[in-house]
Amino acid sequence: MSQTTFETDLKMPETAAAGRVAPQAGRVWRKSAGRGSTLAAHGQPMVWLAGGMLAICVVMIIGLVLLVTVRGMATFWPGPLVSFVLADSQVVSGEITRTSSYQPRPELIEALPPEHRAKAEALLAANEGFAHRDLVRTGNFELDGDHFSWVSDFTVTETRFPQWGLVMERLTWGRFYGEPRQFMIDGRVVADSPEAAWEEFKKYHGEVRQRWRERRQLESKALGKINHAQEKARLKVREAELALQRARLSHGRNSAPYLAAKEELGRQEAIYNENNQLFAAQYEEVRARINDLNRENDRYQLRLATYDGREKVLGLAEVVRAYPANQVSLINRVGIYLDRWLEFLRDDPREANSEGGVFPAIFGTVVMTLIMCICVVPFGVLAALYLREYAKAGPLISTIRIAVNNLAGVPSIVYGVFGLGFFCYLVGSSIDELLFASKLPSPTFGTGGILWASLTLALLTLPVVIVATEEALAAVPSSMREGSYASGASKWQTIQRIVLPRAMPGIMTGMILAMARGAGEVAPLMLVGAVKLAPELPIDGFAPFVHLERSFMHLGFHIYDLGFQSQNSEAAIPMVFTTTLLLILIITLLNLGAIYMRNRLRKKFVVSAI
Amino acid sequence: MEQQIDVGKVATNGSGNLLPLFDERSGMGRLQAIVAGQWFPPEVDPRLEREEMVLTIKDFCLWYGEAQALFNISMKIPHGKVTALIGPSGCGKSTLLRSVNRLNDLVDSVRVSGEMTLYGDSIYDKGVDVIELRKRMGMVAQKPNPFPMTIYENVIYPLRIDGINDRKVLDEVCEKSLRGAALWDEAKDRLQQSALGLSGGQQQRLCVARAIASEPEMLLMDEPCSALDPIATAKIEDLIDQLRGSYTILIVTHNMQQAARVSDYTAFMYLGQLVEYGPTPSLFKKPRLKETEDYISGRFG
Repeated sequence: MSQTTFETDLKMPETAAAGRVAPQAGRVWRKSAGRGSTLAAHGQPMVWLAGGMLAICVVMIIGLVLLVTVRGMATFWPGPLVSFVLADSQVVSGEITRTSSYQPRPELIEALPPEHRAKAEALLAANEGFAHRDLVRTGNFELDGDHFSWVSDFTVTETRFPQWGLVMERLTWGRFYGEPRQFMIDGRVVADSPEAAWEEFKKYHGEVRQRWRERRQLESKALGKINHAQEKARLKVREAELALQRARLSHGRNSAPYLAAKEELGRQEAIYNENNQLFAAQYEEVRARINDLNRENDRYQLRLATYDGREKVLGLAEVVRAYPANQVSLINRVGIYLDRWLEFLRDDPREANSEGGVFPAIFGTVVMTLIMCICVVPFGVLAALYLREYAKAGPLISTIRIAVNNLAGVPSIVYGVFGLGFFCYLVGSSIDELLFASKLPSPTFGTGGILWASLTLALLTLPVVIVATEEALAAVPSSMREGSYASGASKWQTIQRIVLPRAMPGIMTGMILAMARGAGEVAPLMLVGAVKLAPELPIDGFAPFVHLERSFMHLGFHIYDLGFQSQNSEAAIPMVFTTTLLLILIITLLNLGAIYMRNRLRKKFVVSAI
Repeated sequence: MEQQIDVGKVATNGSGNLLPLFDERSGMGRLQAIVAGQWFPPEVDPRLEREEMVLTIKDFCLWYGEAQALFNISMKIPHGKVTALIGPSGCGKSTLLRSVNRLNDLVDSVRVSGEMTLYGDSIYDKGVDVIELRKRMGMVAQKPNPFPMTIYENVIYPLRIDGINDRKVLDEVCEKSLRGAALWDEAKDRLQQSALGLSGGQQQRLCVARAIASEPEMLLMDEPCSALDPIATAKIEDLIDQLRGSYTILIVTHNMQQAARVSDYTAFMYLGQLVEYGPTPSLFKKPRLKETEDYISGRFG
């Protein structure tokens, strides 16, 4: 046996020599290589294929981001105010939102008055049968019942840019376009030329808005506080009622606990009634202040004339922002643009979300994403630790691993249904029965809320974290583990001090992926807590300050709502782009934060690799 | 014991076939007989008997799954001396070394039989606390394996895991260990920097510092210079020389010159068997077995 190996060793030189005696074969092989062998051997086509694929990806991503950015940025730019006089002497005025070209049907031309028909036909002939049309945002919804109107170029007889055309953004009914006529205080006309009226408007608008904001503050803060305290007192009474009921059921009608509970109920009711009067007085006081502010604001009015000859009187408090669109300088335009962005970022939405700001949605998105991270990272890391470090490899572990990976492929709406059934209806209802019985039948945790939404998304993103963490744990060199064991460390000490720190950048990568996935998810949120309009933020000034049971607004859901549920869809489309841009920016910011942390960790742990 | 092997009797090659007996007269070498599956008692120099023993290995066998890697190893490691294990690749040197601090436990398929004692305390008994046992030995691996933390934290790692947090003690141990590993002068100004920024040779000396930080009874070195350049190797060898006397060192090496330079005793292993064991000078100059001579003179292996 052993001798054969020695023999082969001895034979080695012979075979080598035999190789040398056949130079012919070698030369032939070399020749073909020199000429440039097969295409596959060069690999050039694969380089082109791989590069091409990357290029397609990059073009698609850049295209999408560019589309969202350009259209999102353009939304708030204040354009000019145009007034079209049409062939049938109708006047259409407003802001042009977009243009398109189309082939008008012949009836449209024939419907024109005869003196315009030739001109229109000539125009069409010059453009090979195509006509331009502009979509004009006409506003003034309460007057003509329309927000938008198409204007074809061949029907236009005159295009004007009225010098005193005002664009007014209002709290209700959308925008108003018109010319200022008179400014009135207490119904008395103090200015009756456009210029003077505009000057008066500018003079008073600031203070009127200030009073309006004060009123809003009173309504939300002062009245909110009173309502809150009242609700608290009512819950106390309800709790006492429930305690009485329990005492009756378990001890009987004449038992000592029952009587004690009855006494307690009487006491709470007395407190409630006493407080109620106090609250009513306080409420009246605030109401009176609000009424004062309203009355003061109602004194100031602006009479406007539209370009189709109608008049309208607007209270100054109604107007959020106004500017003479054809007079403002570039700097003022930039000012209005930035002001609109600021409003968008800071304020609550109005007009069915198509106007105003998205602050509650930004807040909800960020808070939800952070809670999700706080839940999913420890959970996923611990699960991955067990899978990779403690569990013995076998069919069971392989099955679990496959199952975890498959979880990533479950449609997200299924997670939503699960979240609704498990978190809201099962866990939430149990919590309500245990802790918030006095509020029933109106649910506290037993309905969609930001906590349940975060937990649902945490489940949704769990596979991402587990897979990334497992990869990171596997990448920790075994020499390091052995070094730790050889130093006398236990398994947990090794994991805690060597493996986890070393794997931390990889775990962070998993968190970043989970965050991007979670922040952009909408479908499950519709079932577990995201709403069109949330009256209160999940974090506010009332104890316990963090209200995780509350429903919340979410930018992704906001986009869906704007794009598909809006009454005024034409006005909502630009907001869809702006909100999308904002959502992308927020996710990018969150990711950059995580990447910054990861890079710091990398620098700390991996300087060089030997 | 799983497998009884009687010297001079018929050996089996695992599949149960009878193999020819080793016989000096048949011209078949001892190494060939080992290849054929026969076991021989090692040639041990009687001078070893005079030393005070730290580690005693008796009839130690080890299997990776079905494959046996160590065959009835019996040897004693003397106190305060450097003992080198040499032999061709795959002869079980590293496996034997890793068996001493039970690092092979980490491999799922490993089975062992036989005995090992450290100062009379059994290593492989059922009730032995492996973690406490490992704390009595320091180990330097083949590839420098500093932890992803500062130099300071690397050195005092064994103390940290013991829960020692007294800054004064830690500082003292850190300096002493780094001085002991001849790294103090190079590292004293950058103790709070990442250990991964050190050069390969420095990293290896850092690992030595870590290994001696908890003042172990024995140092295990698994080819500590195989990943280093000649200058760094020379430094490590100087270091081993300095540690001689204060530590009992068991070192695995591929490099025969290194074994000759640094060790007091050398053991030659082949295919999982201990072949010859004796004082380094005599083993290298006048080996008892022809096979050992063949190996150290580079005629095979």
